[in-house]
Amino acid sequence: MTTKVLAIDDSRTIRNLLRVSLEGAGFEFHSACDGVEGVDIFPDVDPDVVITDINMPKMDGFGVIDSLRSGPNRTNVPILVLTTESSNDLKARARQAGATGWIVKPFDDASLVSVLRRLTGHVG
Amino acid sequence: MSGNSIRDTFFEECEELLEALVEGLSQMEEAPEDMEVVNAVFRAVHSIKGGAGAFALDRLVAFAHSFETVMDMVRDRTLTVDEKLMALFHRAGDQLSDLVTSARDETELAPGAEACLIKELESYLGESDREEDFSFDALTLDFDGPTIDIAVEADAIPSTRLFTIRFKPGRALYENGHEPLLIFDALAELGDLKVEADLSAIPDFDSFDPSDSVLSWSLRLHTTESETTLHEVFEFVEGLCELEVSVSAAPSPADIAPPIAESAPALAPDPTPPPGPDSEATDVKPAAQGATAAPAASAREARGPKPTLRVDLDRVDRLINTVGELIINQAMISQRIEELDLPTVAHLTNELEAYKLLARDIQEGVMAIRAQPVKPLFQRMSRIVREASDATGKKAKLVTVGDSTEVDKTVIERLADPLTHMIRNAVDHGLERPEAREAAGKDVVGTIRLSAAHRSGSVFIEISDDGAGLNRERILAKAIEKNLVAPEAELSDPEIDNLLFLPGFSTAGQVSNLSGRGVGMDVVKNAVQALGGRVSINSTPGKGTTFSIILPLTLAVMDGFVISVAKETMVIPIASILETIRPNPRDIHIVGTDSEVVSVRGSYVPIVDVADSLGLERTDRKGTGILLLVSTEIQGLTALRVTAIHDQRQVVIKSLESNYAAIPGVSAATILGDGKIALILDPEEIIKLGHNAAPDLFAQHTRMELRHA
Repeated sequence: MTTKVLAIDDSRTIRNLLRVSLEGAGFEFHSACDGVEGVDIFPDVDPDVVITDINMPKMDGFGVIDSLRSGPNRTNVPILVLTTESSNDLKARARQAGATGWIVKPFDDASLVSVLRRLTGHVG
Repeated sequence: MSGNSIRDTFFEECEELLEALVEGLSQMEEAPEDMEVVNAVFRAVHSIKGGAGAFALDRLVAFAHSFETVMDMVRDRTLTVDEKLMALFHRAGDQLSDLVTSARDETELAPGAEACLIKELESYLGESDREEDFSFDALTLDFDGPTIDIAVEADAIPSTRLFTIRFKPGRALYENGHEPLLIFDALAELGDLKVEADLSAIPDFDSFDPSDSVLSWSLRLHTTESETTLHEVFEFVEGLCELEVSVSAAPSPADIAPPIAESAPALAPDPTPPPGPDSEATDVKPAAQGATAAPAASAREARGPKPTLRVDLDRVDRLINTVGELIINQAMISQRIEELDLPTVAHLTNELEAYKLLARDIQEGVMAIRAQPVKPLFQRMSRIVREASDATGKKAKLVTVGDSTEVDKTVIERLADPLTHMIRNAVDHGLERPEAREAAGKDVVGTIRLSAAHRSGSVFIEISDDGAGLNRERILAKAIEKNLVAPEAELSDPEIDNLLFLPGFSTAGQVSNLSGRGVGMDVVKNAVQALGGRVSINSTPGKGTTFSIILPLTLAVMDGFVISVAKETMVIPIASILETIRPNPRDIHIVGTDSEVVSVRGSYVPIVDVADSLGLERTDRKGTGILLLVSTEIQGLTALRVTAIHDQRQVVIKSLESNYAAIPGVSAATILGDGKIALILDPEEIIKLGHNAAPDLFAQHTRMELRHA
């Protein structure tokens, strides 16, 4: 079964880059351009893993994690934070918020795919 | 990973982000307390940095990072915005835009300004912030500090080692979406893995809480991989579990330890922080909570983007071309039906009328695809105002009106240069020095107003300043000095104002930073005319000066007069024609041997015979033909003589240059309803051609002298 990824990022460039990488690696790719939209379409997409940016309009990445972890659609699906910062502080904050892991921008395809595989068990 | 198209998308996105940045910065000036605006500005810079990182645009990333860091301090209110910081942000925004442009065009940008700005930005950072060095070469997965040393040592030995791992997940590990099985899978890929679960902590069935974490595992991994790699597998869960890793360097098959479960004490859920790097989770808690609250509160709506479709410009151009053909085809059918001279064929004519309307609707719809709001162009001008006021020491602000007005994309692109020049002029020549403004009882800060509006199928763009108005005495003196006007000439105020458009004319008494670049208003006028538009001046002493530009909505279709020249049918753009005159023979006078003038309301206007200019058989003098009054830069008002005017209509412009060759006096061609090709005339060129045939000096002086005749 194909693994479904939901990527939430307000940058069209990053969404495109993710799409190219992930579709190339055999994932099913869905995306949303801000936190509100991401949380909104989450139940319909029903992804196996979520990738979210931190700085976004309407609802930021922490808001997304919060909604997915404790909102009405409460879920344990892995959530990866996509961030330009690599500080331990940020990682701890993300972890504290309920993120499963993080990807530092700019990401390279192989590592991204390997992280997703590690979190979802996807092999294709 | 990235095709060119993604790179293109990035630069397109940068345009939008820079636009949002400029807008946000100007809003910040109005309302520095509005965190939503600050957030939007931060995000714009942040997103540019993020994308730039993906394309390894290091300079852009580094600069955006400095900018973003200071903006972040404003965001979390450790820094208050004052006028000085605001000015710095504006300049940083300009620099960011320059860096984006140079990255896109792959040109080198001199690092001077950038280094200077980074320094200024960094002066706002406290010492602590400066320490945290940003690096963008480290990719993806790094790991927590203390393991590095061990890893380096361990890496030196390339033999198989045995790692003994004790792993006890905390409850948060599951809540954060981790799955131990997947971690074990990843470990198994590294080598030979044995997993043993410790079930001893499982409580009685009645006190069992399924969301609690009670399992722990003992793992033995034979691998050639380094400890670093091993830790990478656990990277995300460190801090969410108890993890102990020990390594034995020389394992032998005999070295199979007694069941480790024995040595692992059965742990009940244990609140004691585990040793080592894992302790950070508890340490960070208060900080993390504080940080989550603020961004979550800012979840208010910023602005809903309209859904749009990105289309290759070529496709749109192809569509426009085809629609052009449709319009021509429709004109042909109309003409054919007319020629048939059918008895009252009510049905056919009704349907033809409907066809016409539909064709026109389609045309307008297609044209609208290319239309874009002038807003980005206008926003860019705020930078020009800033730079010009910095360079001249004058204070100025830009006010824009009607920036949602839509204009053809090409028109917008080609308008950038003339506008830039006029805005610079407005600050440099238009506005008075601050002292003079104060003395005149005006606001010290001058206002440059840039407005756009649609009016009867054209676009009106006005650039006005609230300065001193044109100094007509000086303009006239200059024009006389430059031999552009006869010394004794008496010119009306608008005529004097229009002298500014003469080639090479410059009123700048002294060469400032801005003037003296050899670019005058004549260049502006040329650029506007090349777009099929007109530019005019209106100035009131002490109140200011307004330049008005009137442009066609699109470059693909034009309103023209269908005329006859000798026996040829031609088209002349309506935009260039001020009025048409059917002259009374006694108003036409011969000057010298060959030249003619026509008296128009008391002044004399030279006549240029279009047929003659084009080398066709000359129209009869006196009494025949029609005169089209045009305003030209060479000699002000001129009358073009043509044989007849037949019709006024929209024509589809077909380039001659790309299909055939450039012809002097002809700007393009079109196809008329009868299927014939008609040339579209360029009045300016026609006059130049006629001018060459006419005696020298005639053009520039005749009109002025004749006023006294």
